[in-house]
Amino acid sequence: MAEGAQDSESGAATSGAVAIETRDVTKLFGSGETEIRALDGVSLTIRENEFFTLLGPSGCGKTTLLRLIAGFDHPTKGQILLHGQPIGHLPPYQRPVNTVFQNYALFPHMTVAENIGFGLEMLGKPRSEIKATVAQMLRLVKMEALASRRTDQISGGQQQRVALARALAPHPQVLLLDEPLSALDYKLRKEMQIELKRLQHETGITFVFVTHDQEEALTMSDRVAVFNQGRVLQVGPPHEIYDHPCERFVADFIGDTNFLKAEVLAADGQRAKLRLASGAEISAALPENIDADGQVTIAVRPERAVLCPQGKTALLHGELHNIVYCGTDTHYHLTLPDGGPFMARVQNTRSGQALFGLGEKVGIAIEPEAIQVLRD
Amino acid sequence: MSAREEVTETADAASEQRTADTAESAGRAEVRRHLLLSTPALIVLFSAASGPLLIMLVYSFLSAGPYGGVEWKISLDGWFNVLLQRDIFDESLSIADAHISILWRSVKLSLLTTLTAFVLGFPTAYFIATRPQKSRNLWLFFITIPFWTNLLIRTFAIMEVIRNKGVINTILTSLGLIEEPIQMLYTDFAVMVGMTYVYLPLMVLPIYASMEKLDFRLVEAGYDLYATRFKVLRRIIVPLVKPGIVAGSILVFIPALGAYVTPRILGGGKNMMLGNLIGLQFGQGRNWPLGSALALTLLALVMVALLVYVRSATKSGDGHG
Ligand SMILES: Nc1ncnc2c1ncn2[C@@H]1O[C@H](COP(=O)(O)OP(=O)(O)OP(=O)(O)O)[C@@H](O)[C@H]1O
Ligand SMILES: [Mg+2]
Repeated sequence: MAEGAQDSESGAATSGAVAIETRDVTKLFGSGETEIRALDGVSLTIRENEFFTLLGPSGCGKTTLLRLIAGFDHPTKGQILLHGQPIGHLPPYQRPVNTVFQNYALFPHMTVAENIGFGLEMLGKPRSEIKATVAQMLRLVKMEALASRRTDQISGGQQQRVALARALAPHPQVLLLDEPLSALDYKLRKEMQIELKRLQHETGITFVFVTHDQEEALTMSDRVAVFNQGRVLQVGPPHEIYDHPCERFVADFIGDTNFLKAEVLAADGQRAKLRLASGAEISAALPENIDADGQVTIAVRPERAVLCPQGKTALLHGELHNIVYCGTDTHYHLTLPDGGPFMARVQNTRSGQALFGLGEKVGIAIEPEAIQVLRD
Repeated sequence: MSAREEVTETADAASEQRTADTAESAGRAEVRRHLLLSTPALIVLFSAASGPLLIMLVYSFLSAGPYGGVEWKISLDGWFNVLLQRDIFDESLSIADAHISILWRSVKLSLLTTLTAFVLGFPTAYFIATRPQKSRNLWLFFITIPFWTNLLIRTFAIMEVIRNKGVINTILTSLGLIEEPIQMLYTDFAVMVGMTYVYLPLMVLPIYASMEKLDFRLVEAGYDLYATRFKVLRRIIVPLVKPGIVAGSILVFIPALGAYVTPRILGGGKNMMLGNLIGLQFGQGRNWPLGSALALTLLALVMVALLVYVRSATKSGDGHG
């Protein structure tokens, strides 16, 4: 990275200070009947040195949020702060924020090296420093051999790497990455994931990373914000998002999940006593802000369900109608008595036959901690 | 092909010879057919372009007839007189100052016109290219409206605006800003204004065509990388629309260099340009060889301009534009 910028910060973990804050940011496109609510009251706090991921399906407003942070567009309502200062009045070229664009947006009339050096040149850095940083960036993204190629003469994956190097070269305080790895093949993507993570760690730059790949989000992020239709549904570290999704959409979007209906018998704010459709009763933790009465939906991850012979310990029981062998584990697809599907994932610790046979009735044991009550 | 190879392998030398002959005569028939089909085009090309040029070339090497036309006597006077003149009394040669100043004025005014058209046309093209798709065609229509009016009428309209008792002077006088009207008509300035007005669309349209293809996300990328508005313009927009700028400049410069009507009306008798000088030789001047030589000189100037165009167009890269 650029000299002088990282000395105190190398290896720094997430410090407490806030890098970016969005306060109730709403963005509308168009008007009247064609009005699109691209962002709807988004309030996020992104801390310094954090690897923060925006995860959500296509069209949910991820790029729009990045564009507002970079300054290409302005919020219809709400405010964006950088290190506690409102930046609404700053044009993009005065924000210490760089973007890796979803479509790369490399300058076609410049070489790879000129592209990477452009930001430093605009900052008025001395020529020798530009040269050194460009060389370093080229090494980083393994593009030394193509330094003098024009950018329309390199492959999509190579363009993506140049875009990354170009945004990193000026050593911004915040780096916005809009699906920066989507065009890479599997192996290179894995390599770049590790590389990005290392870079973020070493440089102390705050990364705001956009992806719609849930696996990428879980493996790379310090915290993940799950988006849908312009709204933030849940923010938290990957394990929390995975283990304790608070909404059906989040549970469904990330990993495989079984959804079950349950009736609330009693609740004391923290925990609730639930009765499942099978009649079994169980107590489970309640998430915040939830109306704990009547019907709720609960989520159970397939790997947290334990199959056992029908008996007392089982909370549910179902009939096996499909068994899928997946190498490291086996997926058992069951049909519950009410007709609903249920999937259990069992790790293959020893080779040999499946535990149960097709058509067999089996019990399903679920620990109370594995039950997540959802907000509907 | 492979069939013929087989023949060559198996047959004797004679039949080999025969095969080659048939192939050759078939080829010749093909060429003849092509020639026949392109004859109409060749005739048009010759009679409309090369023919007149050839006639001019020949005329420029003949001597002038007393009442116009040419006498079939070879003479270099026509070419001599482009830049030189012979004194009537002592036959001594000297530089033809009048021609030089007209040549200089033509080049100067054409360059100035091109520059002004660029300064006005570039922002206009940018403005149109950044409008929503729907309204762009309307703006383009506005730009081309002057084309729908006769050149003479447009020129007289300009005259009405800038003459001593015209719109501008009347307004300035009535506001009390000036006492005497400003002399604008019959000056180089008038000619330049007139030509800029007439040729402006030729600058706007090619620049717009390039600008429309410009990916404005690149502009955002420039801003993102700390380039100010001016730097983005200079380092990203201008290089990317350069083919349009060069084409527009050529399209304005060439007709401006040979302009006839505009300098004739707005420049009056004094402020002649090359086109008027050439016209004069075929009319009152009764010097057709000189007129032909001047016309060929103009052609050479245009060729130089085109060469510059080709050079810079290839330099700006072949990938885009
Ligand atoms: N300039 C615009 N004008 C009108 N609508 C827009 C504009 N930009 C985005 N939108 C709309 O806003 C919504 C959010 O778009 P956005 O580009 O932020 O999605 P995204 O989450 O980045 O999706 P993807 O993963 O496909 O890139 C979409 O419905 C899109 O159609
Ligand atoms: Mg996007």
